[in-house]
Amino acid sequence: MTSAVLASAPVAEDRALLDGLRAGDEHAFVALVRMYQPALLRLAEATVGSHAVAQEVTQDTWLAVLRGVDRFEGRSSLKTWLFRILLNRARSAAGREQRAGRPEAVDDERFDRSGAWVDPPQPWADRVEDRLVAAELAQRARALLADLPDTQRQVLVLRDVEGMPAEEVAELLGITDGNQRVLLHRARARLRGLLALEVTSG
Amino acid sequence: MRFRRRRRALVCRDAVALMGDYLDGRLASRDAARLEAHLADCPHCSEYLAQLRVTIEALGRAEPSVLSDDALEELIGIYRRWRSEFD
Repeated sequence: MTSAVLASAPVAEDRALLDGLRAGDEHAFVALVRMYQPALLRLAEATVGSHAVAQEVTQDTWLAVLRGVDRFEGRSSLKTWLFRILLNRARSAAGREQRAGRPEAVDDERFDRSGAWVDPPQPWADRVEDRLVAAELAQRARALLADLPDTQRQVLVLRDVEGMPAEEVAELLGITDGNQRVLLHRARARLRGLLALEVTSG
Repeated sequence: MRFRRRRRALVCRDAVALMGDYLDGRLASRDAARLEAHLADCPHCSEYLAQLRVTIEALGRAEPSVLSDDALEELIGIYRRWRSEFD
């Protein structure tokens, strides 16, 4: 739900709130925080790992927003601008450069030399039609994000949780479109594998 | 294999490699057709694709994190301190 709502964020509302913020209206600030802080915190956690550090990073981000709001020209969406500020801060908080590397798109060990499955996936996808199972799976998927490598987790959160388009995600993370695709594919495949373990062992 | 004469049929590894772009609607129509032909004949790859879809849906459905009152208060505190620098 969140992703769909935020992905189509009402631009006019953003603009009105930014005008309010520039005019010193605290209600505008609170409204923006309510709208965007959950997504910022989620992305911060995906980037720095620790909840406490992620909280600090989001606080730094809002301060930077207050200082920089006069310079925001609206060339990107407000959400993209917020995410960019956050990622800059999160990276320095993590004290390291993000490097995406060049992972392979497909886990070759799962296939034999002819390219056929060595160990085909156990079927479980149709069990998820049950609403309870689906809700539980959503919760597990969120928890299992922590087990992904950092760059994979970031791409997955931005693409599949926040619902941002591929080009924006590549730009935000400073990676090529090709890398974004490979990381996304790896992340989805890995999370699928982790969910499969839970679903089929339960 | 019906397709072999025209074009080599996909093996499972290639099918899985195409699924990411397929799910994003970024696969060229000829490749999409090859993938779909493979899926029609391959229950394993069909299941794998279904599981990828379920995984993506699960992420999109994840509960939005709740903004705690404490966190909101802290942020309002930051706002007020920042404002007071102007006064």
